[in-house]
Amino acid sequence: MARYDRAITVFSPDGHLFQVEYALEAVRKGNAAVGVRGTDTIVLGVEKKSTAKLQDSRSVRKIRKIVNLDNHIALACAGLKADARVLINRARIECQSHRLTVEDPVTVEYITRYIAGLQQKYTQSGGVRPFGLSTLIVGFDPYTGIPSLYQTDPSGTFSAWKANATGRNSNSMREFLEKNYKETSGQETVKLAIRALLEVVESGGKNIEVAVMTKDHGLRQLDEAEIDAVVAEIEAEKAAAEAAKKGPPKET
Amino acid sequence: MFGGATLLLYVTGMKFDTSGLESHGLLIGTNNELLSGLSTAPSFDIPSTTDFDGFQKEAIQMVKPAKGTTTLAFIFKEGVMVAADSRASMGGYISSQSVKKIIEINPYMLGTMAGGAADCQFWHRNLGIKCRLHELANKRRISVTGASKLLANILYNYRGMGLSVGTMIAGWDETGPGLYYVDSEGGRLKGMRFSVGSGSPYAYGVLDNGYRYDMSVEEAAELARRSIYHATFRDGASGGVASVYYVGPNGWKKLSGDDVAELHYNYYPVEQTVVEQVMAET
Repeated sequence: MARYDRAITVFSPDGHLFQVEYALEAVRKGNAAVGVRGTDTIVLGVEKKSTAKLQDSRSVRKIRKIVNLDNHIALACAGLKADARVLINRARIECQSHRLTVEDPVTVEYITRYIAGLQQKYTQSGGVRPFGLSTLIVGFDPYTGIPSLYQTDPSGTFSAWKANATGRNSNSMREFLEKNYKETSGQETVKLAIRALLEVVESGGKNIEVAVMTKDHGLRQLDEAEIDAVVAEIEAEKAAAEAAKKGPPKET
Repeated sequence: MFGGATLLLYVTGMKFDTSGLESHGLLIGTNNELLSGLSTAPSFDIPSTTDFDGFQKEAIQMVKPAKGTTTLAFIFKEGVMVAADSRASMGGYISSQSVKKIIEINPYMLGTMAGGAADCQFWHRNLGIKCRLHELANKRRISVTGASKLLANILYNYRGMGLSVGTMIAGWDETGPGLYYVDSEGGRLKGMRFSVGSGSPYAYGVLDNGYRYDMSVEEAAELARRSIYHATFRDGASGGVASVYYVGPNGWKKLSGDDVAELHYNYYPVEQTVVEQVMAET
């Protein structure tokens, strides 16, 4: 027993927590995930690996990447999926526990703080390793109806974002979002999220999973046909933009 | 198992309840390594009697003081009206005529005291701490629903241990006026009109008769005052000063505190007896 009570996360001489940084590496190897906050809609999108031929597609669908934490809160994550399962279960219990003790649904900030606190605890306890995932948490405030998007990471820090990406190639997605973000609503928000994902994922509804959350209808997963339709729109817009660029200079 | 509170009570005796400073973790199955040393509950000897249940009941009855008081609260169009008397009695002895039975939890929430004075005061202050911590953590005020639920959960933990609390939590939050009755049996009720204490039957009679939802603040205050007065008139364990508080969208405000003996002569002024014959002066 004595061997296991040494903390796995200890400081390095120059002030780094290497285990936490390695956990961030694990996140960087995970599937790409993006979240965009609009005025009345929030969109979460993740990169989806195509299913192996022999894998039962029904069970894969069940292991959804974008999940509900409560009626008004959803979560997408990048990193170790097994760790995600544990964290999501704890968060779901906490959402219900909060409803029980104060008769109120959780706010997005509260549950984010809880998840981040949990991730932090595992960087400061003996014999455990940090969770290897970053989460994107979205939802509407139960009373004011204001949409929020938060991100947590293995170190236990969290912050609110207008749009963010995590997982594989998140830097390029974030750059794209920084260049192209503007206040959007409804379908425009969906388009922006898919455009960001398409920067790093091969195009097509087969490789991305998108979910849209609205105040009235909660979380809705888009099916392949809908995603393909939006992708087609985006491609058409891109083609039109290209043609417009090439067109005028040819005038003599 | 309700998180930290119960464990603290068993292991360290009657320690200050710091569960308000911990985050709520009703996590079954995650009794983590941090708490693993404290899971065994201590045991104690049972007194040797033939009828243990009866003995237990008698012991609780002995400890439980009767709730000699009158408090009432009701919601109306303009907000919540809260009123109480101010007499404390120990059996037949009136120990005080000037007890503050309306406790200010925070600027927009009030609690009333009936039952054990110490229990009510302590747990209301504790509730005030929890409400403030909630505000700081969540950057918004706690609702009346939430505050009453916190108190009810605490009292339920101590159920059967001799606490005597019959309180009403009245306040104004984002959803408007709120009124809950919470007691030491662990009960919690939402309602529009409540009266608690030995004088409550008398207060209910006057309150239920005169209540209308659309009253002005003055009418409602007068109704509350009159109800307390009538209860103090008939109930020996109630008396002193009838305090009336109003909770509105900007918080609570004390409206009046009148000695019930003086109120008696307001409602029933002494009539001059007609002198039939004047003694002739010789």
